[in-house]
Amino acid sequence: MDNIIEVKNLCKQFGDFKAVDNISFSVKHGEIFAFLGPNGAGKSTTIKMLTTLLTPSSGSIELNGSNPLNDSDAVRHSFGIVFQDPSLDDELTAWENMEFHGVLYGVEKGLRRKRIEELMNFVELWDRKDSLVKEFSGGMKRRLEIARGLLHHPKVLFLDEPTLGLDPQTRNHMWTYLEELNKSEGITVFFTTHYMEEAERVARRIAIIDHGKIIATGTSAELEAQTGTTSLEEAFLKLTGNVIRDEAASATDHMRQRHQMRQGGGRR
Amino acid sequence: MKTIYIMWLRELKRYLRSKSRMIGSLGQPILFLLALGYGLGPTFQKAGQGNYINFLAPGIIGMSIIFTSIFSGIQVIWDRQFGFLKETMVAPVSRFNIMIGRTLGGATIATIQGIFVLCLALIPGFRPQNWLSIFPLILVMLLVGTMFTALGTAIASQLEDMQGFQLVVNFLVMPLFFLSGALFPLSGLPTALVILTKFDPLSYGIDAFRVLLSNSGHYTLSFDIIVLCVITFTFLSVGSYLFSKIQI
Repeated sequence: MDNIIEVKNLCKQFGDFKAVDNISFSVKHGEIFAFLGPNGAGKSTTIKMLTTLLTPSSGSIELNGSNPLNDSDAVRHSFGIVFQDPSLDDELTAWENMEFHGVLYGVEKGLRRKRIEELMNFVELWDRKDSLVKEFSGGMKRRLEIARGLLHHPKVLFLDEPTLGLDPQTRNHMWTYLEELNKSEGITVFFTTHYMEEAERVARRIAIIDHGKIIATGTSAELEAQTGTTSLEEAFLKLTGNVIRDEAASATDHMRQRHQMRQGGGRR
Repeated sequence: MKTIYIMWLRELKRYLRSKSRMIGSLGQPILFLLALGYGLGPTFQKAGQGNYINFLAPGIIGMSIIFTSIFSGIQVIWDRQFGFLKETMVAPVSRFNIMIGRTLGGATIATIQGIFVLCLALIPGFRPQNWLSIFPLILVMLLVGTMFTALGTAIASQLEDMQGFQLVVNFLVMPLFFLSGALFPLSGLPTALVILTKFDPLSYGIDAFRVLLSNSGHYTLSFDIIVLCVITFTFLSVGSYLFSKIQI
């Protein structure tokens, strides 16, 4: 079995809105895979389905040989995730956040303690282990989340716009970590981003999604060749058009709006 | 088991760390104990009902427990807004255990608050009829705390953000408190009020406190406990069902 992620004819429909419309793709073991697309294209919805947070309307997903639908625990053990927005407990210390995660994922105590120290050293936060997370900067929180996502030795690390709002130094640093991890632990990285130069730099393969459909896959060079452009950014714009996308059209918002209409409005 | 423990521990750590929450939530019970205790005490005595502080203290303990536990339950909304909920939702553990851990955490905090209020009530002259009744009292406090944390969790699972929070306080917590017989005896009330107090789960909690602390309950202790257990079980079932259905 070559592929760690295998997606076939995946659809997610919210009412009559097709957030993800019949997509198929696969990610190989140990690959760094970028999932690009304008706002509201269906990136986050796809990640949510891959990570058991949303149930697909139709189609099949296999992650590390298991199906998120009927074996969600096996799937949950096999991935780590860094969400688009922070998901740390601000009132706990950095170390406590790690410990909490380790216990939830059933990492045995001795191994857990060792791994926490190792990972926190790796993201250079070990000397801040007893600080409350609310004292951390955005970049520090992100680093801690990456360390936490790796604690239970996942096979795949999902990163949903992991560098959003970080300064170039931190971004650069973060990708260096991730490339190192990819090499040393053979971990598969699946990420979304709006920074094309990041995808160009680290991704071995790229898929571009728009309006819920995958419109192109390949290496950065292949996408450029396919569109007759000289950079990934140009290729991306040529494929997805220049029209600015409204953030409000994102799938979750759409779902909420529909939900409210059904409820007779006014719940938010 | 470990899931329940770590969720419980988290609730407790957060509580112990926020001194302002701990102290802030004691302000209201103190005010009620002093203002009502001294303000209404003479009238209560004249009406032949005996010492008002002895009557009031179990009610105020109940008040602090319902406030603390419903707010603990409602924390789900905060966790949703600050993103932490997602971390627990993708973990390979059952959501039922997560919910139980959170609920027991909330119940423990509420019980600690209840014990604080019991100590505070000693200042204006409250004395339990038997100090040994403290032990069963703590168990009943935990039961009442579990009941309302589960209720708070059930409600919070249905709310998207903080907008609905004030609604919950004004249309749920306040009525539950005022209609519970925390401040007035349950006997000799107009029929409409009798029906309302019978539907208020807090009535049975406070009544049980009163039986244990001042031996002056409206119902019997076993009846109170049976009702509390049934309602707690119902709220836990509904709460864990709604919690497991949360979509991020």
